[in-house]
Amino acid sequence: MAMEQMTQPVQRLEKPRHRRKMPSEANIFLVLIGIALVFELLGWLLVGQSFLFNRQRLVVMILQVSVIGIISVGVTQVIITGGIDLSSGSVVGLTAMVAASLAQTSDYARAVYPMLTDMPVLVPVLAGLAAGAVAGLINGSLIAYTGIPPFIATLGMMVAARGMAKWYTRGQPVSMLSDNYAAIGSGIWPVVIFLLVALIFHIALRYTRYGKFTYAIGANMQAARVSGIDVGRHLIKVYAIAGLLSGLAGVVLSARAISGQAGMGVAYELDAIAAAVIGGTSLSGGVGRITGTVIGTIILGVMTSGFTFLRIDAYYQEIVKGVIIVAAVVADQYRQRKRRKA
Amino acid sequence: MISPVTMRAVRDSGAVPNSEFLLEVEGVRKTFPGVIALDDVSFRLRRGSVHALMGENGAGKSTLMKIIAGIYTPDSGSFKLRGNEIELNSPLDALENGIAMIHQELNLMPYMTVAENIWIRREPKNAFGFVDHRALREKTEELFSRLNIRIDPEINVGELSVANRQMVEIAKAVSYESDVLIMDEPTSALTEREVEHLFEIIRALKAEGKGIVYITHKMNELFEIADEVSVFRDGHYIGTHKADEVTRDDIIRMMVGREITQMFPKEEVPIGDVVLSVKNLTLKGVFHDISFDVRAGEILGLAGLVGSGRSNVAEALFGVTPATSGEISINGRAIDVKTPAIAMRHGMAFLTEDRKDTGCFLVLDILENMQMAVLRDRYVKRGFVSEAEVARECERMREALRIKTPDLNERIENLSGGNQQKVLIGRWLLTRPRILILDEPTRGIDVGAKAEIHRLITKLASEGVAVIMISSEMPEVLGMSDRIMVMHEGRVTGFLDRAEASQVKIMELAAQ
Repeated sequence: MAMEQMTQPVQRLEKPRHRRKMPSEANIFLVLIGIALVFELLGWLLVGQSFLFNRQRLVVMILQVSVIGIISVGVTQVIITGGIDLSSGSVVGLTAMVAASLAQTSDYARAVYPMLTDMPVLVPVLAGLAAGAVAGLINGSLIAYTGIPPFIATLGMMVAARGMAKWYTRGQPVSMLSDNYAAIGSGIWPVVIFLLVALIFHIALRYTRYGKFTYAIGANMQAARVSGIDVGRHLIKVYAIAGLLSGLAGVVLSARAISGQAGMGVAYELDAIAAAVIGGTSLSGGVGRITGTVIGTIILGVMTSGFTFLRIDAYYQEIVKGVIIVAAVVADQYRQRKRRKA
Repeated sequence: MISPVTMRAVRDSGAVPNSEFLLEVEGVRKTFPGVIALDDVSFRLRRGSVHALMGENGAGKSTLMKIIAGIYTPDSGSFKLRGNEIELNSPLDALENGIAMIHQELNLMPYMTVAENIWIRREPKNAFGFVDHRALREKTEELFSRLNIRIDPEINVGELSVANRQMVEIAKAVSYESDVLIMDEPTSALTEREVEHLFEIIRALKAEGKGIVYITHKMNELFEIADEVSVFRDGHYIGTHKADEVTRDDIIRMMVGREITQMFPKEEVPIGDVVLSVKNLTLKGVFHDISFDVRAGEILGLAGLVGSGRSNVAEALFGVTPATSGEISINGRAIDVKTPAIAMRHGMAFLTEDRKDTGCFLVLDILENMQMAVLRDRYVKRGFVSEAEVARECERMREALRIKTPDLNERIENLSGGNQQKVLIGRWLLTRPRILILDEPTRGIDVGAKAEIHRLITKLASEGVAVIMISSEMPEVLGMSDRIMVMHEGRVTGFLDRAEASQVKIMELAAQ
């Protein structure tokens, strides 16, 4: 098309506004630093030691948040499409069971599959990932083809997947897992997996068509449809990826615990959603970044670790966590209202 | 000026001042950002009369009505109710002062009974403070018998037909002892017999001395039910006449009688072969038997009143809401347009009517807004978007379309309506369409941007693009189109060539 012929010098009527946008992560990062410093200060005052300068504590903290972090990378993408995934915690439980049942050693007389012991480590890992992906696929298909709200579809999956996890071994834990499998969850590996997953999807969201379409659907589903995006198919992809990542979290968690238990991952979906929201992902869709989610995950970890460090009751931890989540959303709403007025 | 509260107290005391006019509006002006919706408009409603408001889409009828109903506050002008100056600050203010609006989109709660809906907030209570259902029923029956309405007061509103719901709305308005009733195209969803019943009720209300503001596009209704008619055009008041002293032609002339002041940069370009051919396209209950051809380089205007099915035809062509029967062929080949993606694959592009609802990704930046459609088949390698290349193309588009923004990374919601529209046009031009469907391409944007968009459309046509342009603005349709297709109530009522087309002719076909 000969649009070039129309090219004429542009009148720059509006002065360039030098409002060099700070990445929204900067704010969240400052919040993280602030919270850490408060604990540092309280540490010296109340316990008489440093909170931050303790290598072991930091390692434990990062390890603890890795599993939630892996989940929240998927959940962030779901929330960017304007949806929600309540099933992640249950899917973690289910996939932990499935993966562990294929990672048992032959020394154990009462293995779930006596014929399938001493399998190469890839087998349980792939089985866990596949189970998670299938759960996500079902979520996505329900949302895309029946038009039920994501809240309901994933609520159903949350209940059903937990039930399946319990049914799988009639509630018995799956133990005696191979050393190779256990290695996935030991040392620094969970952290490496978390950061790798975060990096991959950070790139995917920012630089690929998959990412652009994800934001488009969340920003305006109707406009996305009119722009030729196959919204249903794309949503299925996003939910399947979220399920796959929950599966990965299930694998990591069962490897770390060296056992699979049906009760694993209870309420993890809430922490994952909280991490995304604290990290600046908007529940109304179209806005959010993986970097923010990573920081949000670490904020949650710092708080848990800090409260433990100060020997504050677990009850208070939950109360404060609740307040922080609500405060994050209020701040988000406030920001949006201000933007609309501007 | 009397406050609404005082006014209400006076009304409740029963000492209703008697004045000839229920309502007198004078010199009212209302502006919205970038648009003057009403300018120096006057309007008077007599007791016991039906006063029709007429005008094209966007003439200002709805704005005036919303001012009377307390939804908008006018920027200036005076507003007298029963001879007293008053200022209404909310719809509730209006309601409590005896002005009730019967909404086009009905405002009833489907899971509550008819009686509960009518007396909501004012339910009769028994000694314990609970709702007295018997009294509720009796009050409703009394009201219905007065209006000659036959509906069971205890049935859920959700189970009623549209016509009956409308009756309930009217009864509700009357239950407030309103003496000004505003009806906005009340017959648009009614059958002939239901219309008859509605008119009976209107006559009964008239006999009680109430005043009715009646908005309609239908000429025959006007002569059947209205006593007076006021005509509006482009936010201006044109005139008021007794209904039995004017003819249909007078009114059409008043509605359209305007010079085409804007210059349209229409060029004569060679018209090529038929690109898009539509045969007997039907979407059950929405539009029927639509057939037309569009040729390369041709601009086909689509005229008709709001609700005539113009936009629905466009949506069916593009696969947004696929048609139920009929045939669409492109370059002679029949295609089944089930989704927008299929339409795009065949070279179609569709600028939707509603920028906010179906156009912009408000929270995303200009660059992302512009590239979203083209990414389907270009500028992507192995899933990765070629950022530099697409940014360069978008930058070119920005210059070509003169989008006024310092930075493509600005969120689109920070742009003016005209610039947003240009971004969306850019989105479609990047896909290099051969058939361009434009639904109200210049609605709500300023004159300068309008002219630029008109120039652009002409330019595209000269490059051989087939253009279908829906517009409610007569001068735009007349100025831009090679041919005009007029629709009325889901059917094509005629085609007009550029040479023979005039506002009067279009209006005659559009408002039969």
